[in-house]
Amino acid sequence: MEGYLSLWDEYGARIMESFWANLQLTFWAFIACAVLGTILAIMRISPIPSLRAFGTAYVNIFRNTPLTIIIAFGVFVLFGVFKLQLSEDFQFNFFLIAIIGLTIYHASFFCEAIRSGVNTVPLGQAEAARAIGLGFLPAARMVILPQAFRGAIVPMGNVLIALIKNTTVAVAGSVAEISGLMKTMIELRADQGILIFLTVAMMFVVIVVPIGLLITSLSKKLAVAR
Amino acid sequence: MRKNRFGAFAAMAAVAALTLTACGGSDAGGGASSDGDKVRIGIKFDQPGLGFKDGDKYTGFDVDVARYVANELGYDEGKIEFVSAPSANRETLLETKQVDMIFATYTINDARKERVAFAGPYFIAGQDLLVRADDTAITGKDSLDGKKLCSVTGSTSAENVKKDVPGVNLVEQQGYADCLGLLESGSIDAITTDDIILAGLAATTANKGKFKVVGAPFSEEPYGVGLNKENNKCEAINTAIKKMIDSGEWKKALDKNTEGTGYKPSDLNPPTKFESCS
Repeated sequence: MEGYLSLWDEYGARIMESFWANLQLTFWAFIACAVLGTILAIMRISPIPSLRAFGTAYVNIFRNTPLTIIIAFGVFVLFGVFKLQLSEDFQFNFFLIAIIGLTIYHASFFCEAIRSGVNTVPLGQAEAARAIGLGFLPAARMVILPQAFRGAIVPMGNVLIALIKNTTVAVAGSVAEISGLMKTMIELRADQGILIFLTVAMMFVVIVVPIGLLITSLSKKLAVAR
Repeated sequence: MRKNRFGAFAAMAAVAALTLTACGGSDAGGGASSDGDKVRIGIKFDQPGLGFKDGDKYTGFDVDVARYVANELGYDEGKIEFVSAPSANRETLLETKQVDMIFATYTINDARKERVAFAGPYFIAGQDLLVRADDTAITGKDSLDGKKLCSVTGSTSAENVKKDVPGVNLVEQQGYADCLGLLESGSIDAITTDDIILAGLAATTANKGKFKVVGAPFSEEPYGVGLNKENNKCEAINTAIKKMIDSGEWKKALDKNTEGTGYKPSDLNPPTKFESCS
């Protein structure tokens, strides 16, 4: 026990700092993937075949590419080959690359979550919207999507939870986050071994469980009564 | 419906059977260490020049020392079984007796001594820098300010350089091979870790002549032989290492594995002070 407390003395500040990085990655990547995912979903339900084809292709390509590869690609190709610097700050550059990688990957899942919500909206709603003279975009914005979002709370929540845990993959992109620090602690504090691992796992549980409960209650509260 | 349910049950039974046999298999393997017939040695499988699995052959300095020591303990070539020992698993492998000894760039330190015992050291490495062969700007730790460095996530070397060189830009990758690609393309200026690991990387056929080790080590990393705390081989291993050094085999193994990189081990080598084996 004493050894474990000394681990917190030694690394406590960095544990919090690193975990904060995971939460920041989650926050920015979720906002960005919600925007991109919604645009993709509109493309996939639009009446224009080329947009539908693009949306389908995007989803199928990025949903089926491992996230580690997308983020490693960012480092090896954007940083390694093209020497791209998105920011003057060397470390912040990798943080941005990681957000882009997480966004690209999770947007495909977010798109599909919304599409599943669209399927909960009865066809009559779309027909009624057209009947009162709304075009595709106004119909989507005012009739279809508001109901689709409310029907897609659970799948969107699943995307968020997956995203929180997937921020640990950013370690492949040289971001100082918690799973990288976990490796460091296992290397330098071998005496604590499995406790280090359990500590990090617990931190994720503490964040993810309340989010799961919130999603369940929201999904009941916001469900469209039909 | 009835048929489906039967199918699901059969599938579950099959999965359970598979899991159970898997457990049984590893139990049998774990027992191998106590029968004295074979010796299981943990090495790195992915560290060229130190411990490397090349098809069904094992090469590197760690492997050569391990073979010599095992021979001295009475295990000839056919009795040695090499097992992969990645950095994060080394203590667990020893504690659960899945391996008898570990020769895997295993630095002796106090935190590790809480869980395992050490014999040796058989080599004293030091943290150093690997640069492109035509680079003359980087001469050691003090010329790193503002330079871009690469190291492996969670390694001691990455921690040291963050602490010692505040102005440095560090990229952390999953393995040293990933760092080599970035160094070759010019995105970074140097790779940092233990000198002998760097020499091993530079000595591989694909990299020959492209990189050089700077040769200004700024830390001391005594590589020990990891053992279970209840071992009785520590003294014998120390004796074997001394014999290897005195006979010249140690030097021969070191030269063979770092050939063509201009690497010279630091003055602390060969080691003269050994663990006390209490």
